Amino acid sequence: MTANKEDTNVRPSLLIVEDLQVEFDTYGGTVQAVRGVNFSVDQGQTLAIVGESGCGKSVTVQSIMGLIPAPPGRIIAGSARLRGHEILGRKTVGGGEIRGAEIGMIFQDPMTSLNPTMKIGDQIAEPLKVHRGYSARNASLEAVRLLELSRIPEASKRARQYPFEFSGGMLQRAMIAMALSCKPSILIADEPTTALDVTIQAQILDLMLELQKETGMAIILITHDLGVVARMADEVAVMYAGKIVEYGSANDIFYRSAHPYTVGLKEAMPTNDPARQHELKPISGSPPDLFAPPAGCGYCSRCPYAMQICSESPPQNNGLHDHHSASCWLHHPRSGIKPDTLFFGDAL
Amino acid sequence: MGDLIEVRALTRFFDLGGNQFVHAVDKLSLTIGEREIVGLVGESGSGKSTLGKTILGLYDKTDGEVIYRGGVLPQKYRPTDFQQLATKMQMIFQDPYSSLNPRMTVGEIIGEGLRLHFNISESDVKEQVVDWLQKVGLQADHMSRYPHEFSGGQRQRIGIARALILEPEFVVCDEPISALDVSVQAQVVNLLGELKETMGLTLLFIAHDLSMVRYVSDRMAVMYLGSLAELGKANDVYFNPKHPYTEVLVGSNPEPDPEFEKGRVSTSIQGEIPSPVNVQSGCRFANRCPKVLGVCREKTPELVPMKGEDRLVACHLVS
Ligand SMILES: Nc1ncnc2c1ncn2[C@@H]1O[C@H](COP(=O)(O)OP(=O)(O)OP(=O)(O)O)[C@@H](O)[C@H]1O
Ligand SMILES: Nc1ncnc2c1ncn2[C@@H]1O[C@H](COP(=O)(O)OP(=O)(O)O)[C@@H](O)[C@H]1O
Ligand code: SF4
Ligand SMILES: [Mg+2]
Ligand SMILES: [Mg+2]
Repeated sequence: MTANKEDTNVRPSLLIVEDLQVEFDTYGGTVQAVRGVNFSVDQGQTLAIVGESGCGKSVTVQSIMGLIPAPPGRIIAGSARLRGHEILGRKTVGGGEIRGAEIGMIFQDPMTSLNPTMKIGDQIAEPLKVHRGYSARNASLEAVRLLELSRIPEASKRARQYPFEFSGGMLQRAMIAMALSCKPSILIADEPTTALDVTIQAQILDLMLELQKETGMAIILITHDLGVVARMADEVAVMYAGKIVEYGSANDIFYRSAHPYTVGLKEAMPTNDPARQHELKPISGSPPDLFAPPAGCGYCSRCPYAMQICSESPPQNNGLHDHHSASCWLHHPRSGIKPDTLFFGDAL
Repeated sequence: MGDLIEVRALTRFFDLGGNQFVHAVDKLSLTIGEREIVGLVGESGSGKSTLGKTILGLYDKTDGEVIYRGGVLPQKYRPTDFQQLATKMQMIFQDPYSSLNPRMTVGEIIGEGLRLHFNISESDVKEQVVDWLQKVGLQADHMSRYPHEFSGGQRQRIGIARALILEPEFVVCDEPISALDVSVQAQVVNLLGELKETMGLTLLFIAHDLSMVRYVSDRMAVMYLGSLAELGKANDVYFNPKHPYTEVLVGSNPEPDPEFEKGRVSTSIQGEIPSPVNVQSGCRFANRCPKVLGVCREKTPELVPMKGEDRLVACHLVS
């Protein structure tokens, strides 16, 4: 478990997820959406989970939040411990609500969690009354304060408006206000800026960083945008076909990329360094079918480095240094390849 | 390099009733050289798609004109105009999911334009469809399949084959890669680049992703609220923006480099793009501009050449 930092002397992580496995029953068969995921998050830190669509990012965090619809979904193995307490499949921890209170969440489309027929202020006030015992008046005041905290101009006027009167960026701010209402220790943000313009994205990302500084909350940020990862993340988990294939600090992932998929992603993107222009190199093929995941490495069919063993058995998670690790046979201690030669620092 | 397309004071309003007009494109001028790729960036609602569609005659022009190879195109297209011009100009759409008819096979979709616009035999259509499937990296036997059987990147290739089989000279690509994963974006961008070379295409490439637009384009046009803020060589505009709005856009574009990203001061601006309904005079960016002057709120800056630079900028600070 290189990804988890229990073995070091620092205090244990806020949230530790181990061997998470999630399936869905569909007409076509069983989708193995998440196939053994491990990671941990510390207070005040941001973990980015990055990977292409369908690789299991959302299912991973929805499992933690207890949002997997069952049926068709099923958590078949694993644990998620918040300050040492198991939360998978539970609603409360130590007497407190998990969803909304311990962990707040925002989504790509704010309307999935807003009621279109209810005023924004009332929607923020509601859980404060229900879960926190606020009086109606105090809940309304607190809702306005939270909108101000999310830098919504004219907050008291805005609180009396309906969602359709808000732009996409404003709705995302309102969502953040709502997610923060119960002072969560972790904010999970699933593609929070994917639908927004870069200018509005920058505002929302800045807001998240500022609020993290003020509250010390941890952030789990899901994105497929490596630029957003570079801006926000302390730690990065690169996901592919239901597994984390590389894990490390942002600098490890970008400057000492170890997994061929991470390298492939970087080579497929333009750089903005005029001195280091390169031809875009697409990753050929497409991700494997999660109805029948490959026996070996999930990336095997697209990997330019694939060896015989890669198609036969899944690579283990190989620790590299600190807590940088990669699930790839190239990094197996007995691959005979010197680890130093396997960092693709010049890929970008 | 001669001009293929000249857009002159092109205007497209949408009538909302009650004397309310959306100024989607407002007196916009732009030339596109033969075999050139012009990238078009700007926030959502700035009018990029409307500009592309108005140039192609998919929207009637409210005012202004589009000149193609020296000839003025109709203000309002009749069916025969589409018939004639479809083989010269085409559009590739953003959404590879909704822009293909789910009830048609891939072969029917790609061959439709040929059947419609040329009097050619079914076997010739088939031959060309097979040829194009291969050109865009698909296989001949994909012809009899339906769009839902393909991935996003493959569907976008189908859309490209459908547009290019008519061998147009000019193609508007409206966010052709926005819906695709990073690993697949490069496939589509490289394909467009190759086809540009082999077919001598001229492209208007609309996209959100500034890094990709810089990479793809010869020149880059920055659009804001119906008009151009800046136009110049793609690298110049990106690395040395002159218009305060371009500065903000480039400054908001996150780059895949953690040390650079964490070191840079945030250039994010407050506020959002205002409503394009009944736009006031003065600079359209004035209410968000970090460098706004008194004159900006009164006088509309024209898009004019900068002294000594190969660049057009619409800003009082610069002119
Ligand atoms: N058919 C229409 N009727 C009324 N208004 C319209 C119509 N089509 C577009 N508009 C408006 O015109 C403006 C420009 O729209 P357009 O779709 O060209 O923007 P865009 O720059 O392509 O944005 P995006 O990046 O979101 O695709 C917007 O305010 C839009 O709401
Ligand atoms: N409710 C569901 N029913 C069936 N399959 C699902 C459901 N939710 C997710 N999946 C499948 O699980 C896999 C991972 O999905 P997801 O976590 O949403 O990916 P992403 O990384 O894009 O967030 C995909 O194959 C997806 O189709
Ligand atoms: S295990 Fe093999 S196939 Fe998988 S990424 Fe490593 S080298 Fe490539
Ligand atoms: Mg998702
Ligand atoms: Mg558009």
